[in-house]
Amino acid sequence: MMTRLSDFASSGFSLNLWNDFFNMWQYDFMRHAFEAGTIVALVAGVVGYFVVMRRLSFAAHALSHIGFAGAAGAVLLGLNPLSGLLLFTSGGGLTMAVLGRKASSRDVQIGTVLAFMLGLGVLFINLYKGYATEAYSLLFGEILGISSSDVIATLVAGVLIIVAIILLYRRLLFASLDEEVAEAKGISMMKMSIVFMLLIAVATSIAVQVVGVLLIFALMVTPAAVAQRLARRPSQGLAISVCIALLATWAGLFISYYVPYPVSFFITSIVFLAYISVRIVQSGIFRRMSLMSGKN
Amino acid sequence: MNNNTNIIAARDLVAAYRDKIIWRDANFSINRGEFVGLLGANGAGKTSLFRLLLGLARPNSGQLEVFGEQPSRGNPRIGYVPQRPYIDSESRIEALEYVRLSVSGTGLGFSLGKADAERQQAYDTLKIVGADDLANRALSELSGGELQRIFLAQALAGRPGLLLLDEPLANLDIRRETELIRLISDVVTKQNIAVLLIAHDINPLLPVVDRIIYIANGKVASGKPSEIVTSQKLSELYDAPIEVLRGSRGQLAVLGVEEALHHDD
Repeated sequence: MMTRLSDFASSGFSLNLWNDFFNMWQYDFMRHAFEAGTIVALVAGVVGYFVVMRRLSFAAHALSHIGFAGAAGAVLLGLNPLSGLLLFTSGGGLTMAVLGRKASSRDVQIGTVLAFMLGLGVLFINLYKGYATEAYSLLFGEILGISSSDVIATLVAGVLIIVAIILLYRRLLFASLDEEVAEAKGISMMKMSIVFMLLIAVATSIAVQVVGVLLIFALMVTPAAVAQRLARRPSQGLAISVCIALLATWAGLFISYYVPYPVSFFITSIVFLAYISVRIVQSGIFRRMSLMSGKN
Repeated sequence: MNNNTNIIAARDLVAAYRDKIIWRDANFSINRGEFVGLLGANGAGKTSLFRLLLGLARPNSGQLEVFGEQPSRGNPRIGYVPQRPYIDSESRIEALEYVRLSVSGTGLGFSLGKADAERQQAYDTLKIVGADDLANRALSELSGGELQRIFLAQALAGRPGLLLLDEPLANLDIRRETELIRLISDVVTKQNIAVLLIAHDINPLLPVVDRIIYIANGKVASGKPSEIVTSQKLSELYDAPIEVLRGSRGQLAVLGVEEALHHDD
């Protein structure tokens, strides 16, 4: 079983948020968790916005499962799981890009590959003679175990992704919102797909540290889905997506330091709450309820 | 500007998909200020002609020139509205931002310092198509007719000399269909550009088009409506009995094309 963050809390939650924060901040592992979590949330919020816009949510989810098999294989071979994760997600992303946009939206085929890869990962973990903690952290994230070198690796990957997105921003946006016109205007869909799938692969690989393979949707898709429902302009959408991912990660880490449940549970719950809240407000339930109460 | 400037010139043009010939021996030209209807059965190769013009595919043989040059990808002088662009029902992106993509969407990096100018250009284009009141509406909230005006604005935003419209009349009721055709006709006149419009039904186009290009049974014919829209010519092209009626005011109506199209499907 994973160590809980709350086991390290020297004192309970006091409602003095400033003191509570500094109490938590004295630990290196919490600082590393916040640093890595911040980078991952920023990257996932940005990449996720385009993932949702390009309707690649399921493909991105599948990539994380493909990555799980790679990471488990790396663990079995005594290598760094991140290297296996990166290798497999990149390979899977490239294959999807080369097969074309239609291939990325073939739910049945992707689902079949996803299940097989998950099974393969389970086999590798079963063959591994070490502790089951490795499998657990791959599946659900292990932000507690992030070292300073992991933070630096995450930062390098994160900066590369953000720089690539800044450079390609307008073309990626055009290709995501109106593929056919963008192609007619001279943007190569194949090149754009390859680059973007590689960006998803790297973003997925670093996000797995925080939320794990199974909960990648929490940071990569749900904040972006909320942003998509709110933003009138793409720049607003990116800002909303990043803000939700950041707030959920920070709040999740903070709460889990004091409450004895996993970080990933809090992160997923916060983004889910955000999504449901937006849907409820937009569906006009509140408006109808107030109208009904007005009648009464 | 010279009204007779040749914008498209096709000579003995043959289109193929992989090794299969789609149509052959196309000879036609389109001039600035002309509104041309492109008609034909499903799978006849109408969109293939668009792909050739956009430089997304190459001719099997023959010659094709657009603005006096061989077609090339990303020609800024061509505005294009594809068939049924996908609009995500969850997205709230406003029409203005969508049109703005055609102004600056192919650039690298952010358009720092130019955003206002780009938005103004997009807004001015929305005005041209009478859709400035839709500028801040989400695409997902718009009706089919409103969307077609936005798509048209997006195609016009790059200030093209040639518009390629792939079935913009699909799924529109008769009123919206007529409104859109009048709007396109106005744009052709005011902007002095050429328009090539794909449609299934010839009848709504007949009052406004200068010429018609027909693709059927691997053959391509072009000419003025009075030359092409005859029972003999259409029946020959579609390989099915088609009747052309002339109204008391000289207006033409075609019967039987729809049946011939469905027969081909």
